[in-house]
Amino acid sequence: MNPTHDSVEPADFAFDDASEVEIAKIVPRYPAGKQASAVIPLLYVVQKQMGRLTGSAWVPKVAMDVIAARLGMAPIRVYEVASFYYMFNLRKIGRFHLQLCGTTPCMLRGSDDVMRACKDAAGVKGPGDTSADGLFTLTEVECLGACVNAPVLQVDDDYYEDLDYDRTVALIEALKRGERPTPGSTIGRQTSAAEGGATSLTEL
Amino acid sequence: MAKVTVDGVEVEVPNGASVLQACEAAGKEIPRFCYHERLSVAGNCRMCLVEVEKAPKPVASCAYPVMDGMKVFTDTPVVRNARRGVMEFLLINHPLDCPICDQGGECDLQDQAMAYGRDISRFSETKRAVKDKNIGPLVKTVMTRCIQCTRCIRFATEVAGVPDLGATGRGETMEVGTYVEKALGSELSGNLIDICPVGALTSRPYAFTARPWELTKTDSIDVLDATGVPIRIDTRGAEVLRIIPRQDDDVNEEWMGDRGRFSFDGLKRRRLDRPWIRRDGKLVPATWPEAMAEIAKRFTGRVGAVVGDTTDAEAIFALRELMARLPNAQMDCRQDGAAINTTHRAYYTFNSTIAGIEEADRLLIIGSNPRVESPVINARIRKAVLAGLRVAYVGPQIDLTYAAQRVELSTDFLAGAAKPMVILGRGALARPDGAAVLARAWELAAPTAEWNGFNLLHSFGGQVAALDLGFTGGDARAMAAGGVDALWLLGADALDVKPGIFTVYQGHHGDAGAARADVVLPGAAYTEKDGTWVNTEGRVQRAFAAVAPPGEAREDWKIIRAASAALNVPLPFDSVEALRAAHPLFNTLGLVRSPLPHAPPAGTVSAEPFRLPITNYWQAEPIGRASPTMAECARPAHAVAAE
Repeated sequence: MNPTHDSVEPADFAFDDASEVEIAKIVPRYPAGKQASAVIPLLYVVQKQMGRLTGSAWVPKVAMDVIAARLGMAPIRVYEVASFYYMFNLRKIGRFHLQLCGTTPCMLRGSDDVMRACKDAAGVKGPGDTSADGLFTLTEVECLGACVNAPVLQVDDDYYEDLDYDRTVALIEALKRGERPTPGSTIGRQTSAAEGGATSLTEL
Repeated sequence: MAKVTVDGVEVEVPNGASVLQACEAAGKEIPRFCYHERLSVAGNCRMCLVEVEKAPKPVASCAYPVMDGMKVFTDTPVVRNARRGVMEFLLINHPLDCPICDQGGECDLQDQAMAYGRDISRFSETKRAVKDKNIGPLVKTVMTRCIQCTRCIRFATEVAGVPDLGATGRGETMEVGTYVEKALGSELSGNLIDICPVGALTSRPYAFTARPWELTKTDSIDVLDATGVPIRIDTRGAEVLRIIPRQDDDVNEEWMGDRGRFSFDGLKRRRLDRPWIRRDGKLVPATWPEAMAEIAKRFTGRVGAVVGDTTDAEAIFALRELMARLPNAQMDCRQDGAAINTTHRAYYTFNSTIAGIEEADRLLIIGSNPRVESPVINARIRKAVLAGLRVAYVGPQIDLTYAAQRVELSTDFLAGAAKPMVILGRGALARPDGAAVLARAWELAAPTAEWNGFNLLHSFGGQVAALDLGFTGGDARAMAAGGVDALWLLGADALDVKPGIFTVYQGHHGDAGAARADVVLPGAAYTEKDGTWVNTEGRVQRAFAAVAPPGEAREDWKIIRAASAALNVPLPFDSVEALRAAHPLFNTLGLVRSPLPHAPPAGTVSAEPFRLPITNYWQAEPIGRASPTMAECARPAHAVAAE
């Protein structure tokens, strides 16, 4: 996806102190002369910083240029990486990034209901849309690797599992109020243990 | 060395060679799109599949190293089927718009589709379409035709050193482009057109002009810089439609600068197509006899002649012979006043040779920006830099497309180098202490009989021939300033001729020289005459006329021959063969290495900063200045050199 850069593109970008702390940890992991390997972690740093400072976790072009200069690579090499991975938002997004898994296990376990709940509660028209209040952007993603607890919705970095329509609405309403419900299963199961509690080795 | 059997033919190839190279050594043609011998291996088009004994499936031969005793099969049912499959996939998203595609007739995909394509497509879904990119006035893009071989990306990154192109997005939405709209900042961008195997990157000036089979092809030499790139001039009727490079591993490999490739549309504009004589301060049209009569009457007294930068050796020789027959005659070929020492050929040629750049281990560039003076030589330097050559330069801050350290002339950057090399620009000699700069450069290069790393990089294709033919002795600037009563300018446009001097301008474009002249004689441009040219290495090359000169214009040596008769000192040759027989230069085609002379006399180099001879790459000579394409190129980023 090659977005067209519109007016939301900031005029400049500089890493803030928190990001610099991160970068100081990331870049030395790679051998001298191979700093370009740090491009993906640095794209995450940028995206986090944008989320922290502007409320929209995305990667503007000027920030990619800053990464290129920092790592001594051509800007186009950063554009290539950033546009290859769906994890990097090259357009401005809402405050909360709802990433709904629609792959087979989640679909069989009711991801369509979760999608409907997202549309109803968050006010988005469908995948790719941002709500009018600027709070939510919905993206349909491929398997998030949490099939055991399907269906799953990833909000920014947190997984919310075992969702249905009502619990999704409740989750979104909580987010609107500025709360962050505890990530994980919404029906209280322990990690990926059997639904309803242990059925064997109960005496241990 | 590894022994490889290709279809029963045993060949020996170096260890580390690819299966594709082994197949070529065995004389088997392997279809390919992404593989290019001068670029890194990508292995993404999958067209070069072959079968290797014991390999479970076909292998991409371009990216598969040979092993001793390997048996390769290039024409089995498995191979043919595999290639058919690849071709079918390639054609799924290819628009099949060959009838309106400029690549038609010289398209690798079209050719291979003849061999491996199905007659109908099994793909009934909608095809992908990609928006075209604007990457400048020279390269036209039709990105829907792109098969994503990434040759252009690799060329821009590796050879041109301008990493602007990339592949963004993924899967079906992957696109080749610049991501942000920008023109390619390279003087080698025309080569993208040559390396693109399909019609995604084509020549914008040549768009919808001709089909390759309509063109008459003539071998020639690019004289718009001093590299001496061998070219093929494609013409239809009386018109030059395009210029593309030929391959010479010693000179250009297969690359070519954009000025030589695209400025030919200047050949149709501002041309001198008839003689002119100045009457009452105004140039009026005249006939050849009138012009000759005027010359016979007024080309007298202290006479002088200056040749320009892109004149062929035949015309220079003819004019030299003419001047030798006139009393009180002076001549010079150095309009820029460069203090070129002509006592030995090694003082003014590129002694290491262009291919020799790859042998050097340290290079010092003095007063030159090879990127604009010879983009092809700069690409060769870049290639050597990637292989370990270290470069420094003296002069204004420049971007050479590779790492280069800016130093002072006094620093001993070359100390300790096994094969030191100096590239001296003509601009470094066009100053009062030019002779001292030359001596200092010679001292730094420390040439020996085995390795002569002293290189003078000339700016244009006619400059070395004039020096070789001894068109020297006078001082061009002094002549123009009043040192002569009558001055003959043969393609010389850079002089400011003082009023009162009777000036004959012989040339092909109505540039500065013709505007000042009292008599204008229309000559032929380099595409319009059989000529001999000498490149900056001293390589003598022969070019052939692709089209006839326009109107009443004539080949230059013939004009001089006619003038010699009018001046009553007829020259002893009536044919170009007789002319060429009169000087040994014309009989030694190719490169003759110069013997090593003594060091030139030393002097004191002043502290004055160096200036570059060419600041506007696109419009450095009359053809480029008359070319609308070059004007378009010069518009956005006027001075690439000043970056």
